[in-house]
Amino acid sequence: MTSAKDAFDKSAADGRAALVGYLPAGFPTVEGSITALRTMVDAGCDVIEIGLPYSDPVMDGPTVQAAAQQALDRGVRTTDVLRVVEAVAATGVPTLVMTYWNPIERYGVERWAADFASAGGAGLITPDITPDHSPDWIAAADAHGLDKVFLLAPSSTDERIAMTTAACRGFVYAAAVMGVTGARSSTSGLAEPLVARARTTTDLPIGVGLGVSNGVQAAEIAAYADGVIVGSAFVRTILDHPGDEEAGLASLRALAEDLAEGVRRG
Amino acid sequence: MSGPSTTFEADDRGYFGGSWGGRFMPEALVAALDELTDAWQGAMADATFVDEFERVLRDYAGTPSRLYHAEKLSAQVGARVLLKREDLNHTGAHKIRNVMGQALLTKRMGKRRVIAETGAGQHGVASATAAAYFDLDCTVYMGAVDTRRQALNVARMQLLGATVVPVDSGSATLKDAINEALREWVATVDHTAYLFGTAAGPHPFPSMVRDFCRGIGDEARQQCLDQYGVLPDAVAACVGGGSNAIGLFTAFLEDEDVEIHGFEPGGDGIETGRHAATIHAGAAGVLHGARTFVLQDEDGQTVESHSISAGLDYPGVGPQHALLAASGRASYTPVTDAEAMEAMALLSRTEGIIPAIESAHAVAGALGVARRLGAEKGPDATVLINLSGRGDKDMGTAIEWFGLGGPGASQEGAE
Repeated sequence: MTSAKDAFDKSAADGRAALVGYLPAGFPTVEGSITALRTMVDAGCDVIEIGLPYSDPVMDGPTVQAAAQQALDRGVRTTDVLRVVEAVAATGVPTLVMTYWNPIERYGVERWAADFASAGGAGLITPDITPDHSPDWIAAADAHGLDKVFLLAPSSTDERIAMTTAACRGFVYAAAVMGVTGARSSTSGLAEPLVARARTTTDLPIGVGLGVSNGVQAAEIAAYADGVIVGSAFVRTILDHPGDEEAGLASLRALAEDLAEGVRRG
Repeated sequence: MSGPSTTFEADDRGYFGGSWGGRFMPEALVAALDELTDAWQGAMADATFVDEFERVLRDYAGTPSRLYHAEKLSAQVGARVLLKREDLNHTGAHKIRNVMGQALLTKRMGKRRVIAETGAGQHGVASATAAAYFDLDCTVYMGAVDTRRQALNVARMQLLGATVVPVDSGSATLKDAINEALREWVATVDHTAYLFGTAAGPHPFPSMVRDFCRGIGDEARQQCLDQYGVLPDAVAACVGGGSNAIGLFTAFLEDEDVEIHGFEPGGDGIETGRHAATIHAGAAGVLHGARTFVLQDEDGQTVESHSISAGLDYPGVGPQHALLAASGRASYTPVTDAEAMEAMALLSRTEGIIPAIESAHAVAGALGVARRLGAEKGPDATVLINLSGRGDKDMGTAIEWFGLGGPGASQEGAE
């Protein structure tokens, strides 16, 4: 398995930021999500983030929640998520899962880490646990060499930034706004100072997410961050083409190419 | 997780008994939760704040609430039944204690706006009331399903000046209202306080809400001693999230001879799967920021709960209750919708007190305890029930359940 850091390092060697793309597993179907995620890899995503659909997603806005709920309504299971991870990781692109904590605790933290590592997964992005409240996950991730990606927020104190970046492996996720996921019309002024504060505490790459929806925004963020993380905008391409997989994939591909071009301009 | 605790207090990271509670929250809210923790601990150590809180409760909310000997009910069950009359508080429930405390703290923190979630509407009405009293802007999130079954309370909140936001996501009930309020809080945390409605959620809410509600038990314990010269043999309360219950129980935790009973919403019956008996039928997990008992499937997805009482219709429970259940200090037993409604009618007709359906769960369960203790110890055996709220808000449900409102219905409907 590869760490997300390998992809960030490779992008940096090319003189650009990395593009991180997100979709929930099982959306629109399990097979459909595999096809869509592979399309994102083909179109230029350097790192893939797979959402584990959850019933109570506190950090997600309506777009991602709607997609996750569709997946749940169609019966997606945690084991299906592992199957999607295996299929996407086989492309060679570092593949992480973004998940709320309860499904992992329910699956069994150690069991999850072992099965996830066996599937070729790189690590987890965990929006509702912080390093000071996740000793079980940190121990399991360390035992299996998995990336631990914790989030920073504009409200994070300097002390918490230092504590959080010290606990991360792979990359650091800087949330660009005080708010939930969802495409926004303009980029946030909060992200750049947050990235600057984080840089004083770590050599890890720093990715910026929440609210990015097009190549122009990606270029703006790529000017100061090591990675640009895009979720809701990808989800939207598929939500906007219900029942028309080809059209959804075409829209998805066009967006990924626009974003990939954006991170090269930044 | 931290090491095991020897008391019923949370440790400094919010864990009860070392493993229940904690803070499973987005980093974006950690600074606000730290700020709230500091403010709450500072306020509780400040005699000026405590005096003001007690003054507001006394002069505005109407506490201490009475401890009433339900003599006719006692005669029926063969033991002394005492009712802690939280239904007589301003706004009709124990909830006013919690919100006046949190709203007073909001003022102390210099914030001008509050948000809240509500199920039955009791907490929403209390929050809107506190906001009006303290001159704060107020927005209340409420599941769309609940806005329909509690339309009267929606109107009350609006009359009090609050904005009510219906939540359509998920099951469109209390848990989804909490999700939506948390999301809004992430975006507005710099100027907005979240008046959490129950003793659940991330640290410090379980401890803070307990502290603001513990007057229920402190008053009841002293009233029982003053009026009867003894402690009760058992205390009882309904448990949804568990704020009224923990408010009562806290005063008796160290009284080892006092039985502590929580009664959970058993809905249509545990065997049907349509219930909200979180401790009885749930499993350890994380919901809304705390590790506690959660109704969930084998993948850790929250299972939709059901109760005839919107105020108990919640798939989680406060983490201190999880500790009390796991340690055996308190017992938690499900009471079905039908049993609760039977108790609602019984208390109405026997004592002339119409309880909230939430509280009727406690009455239904406690009467069984009273019969047992009466048989063991005689008629001086004492069971103290927290009557957490009044039933005005539930008349729509009662009309439907009992077929009330037509000619002769009052004689036949509830039999």
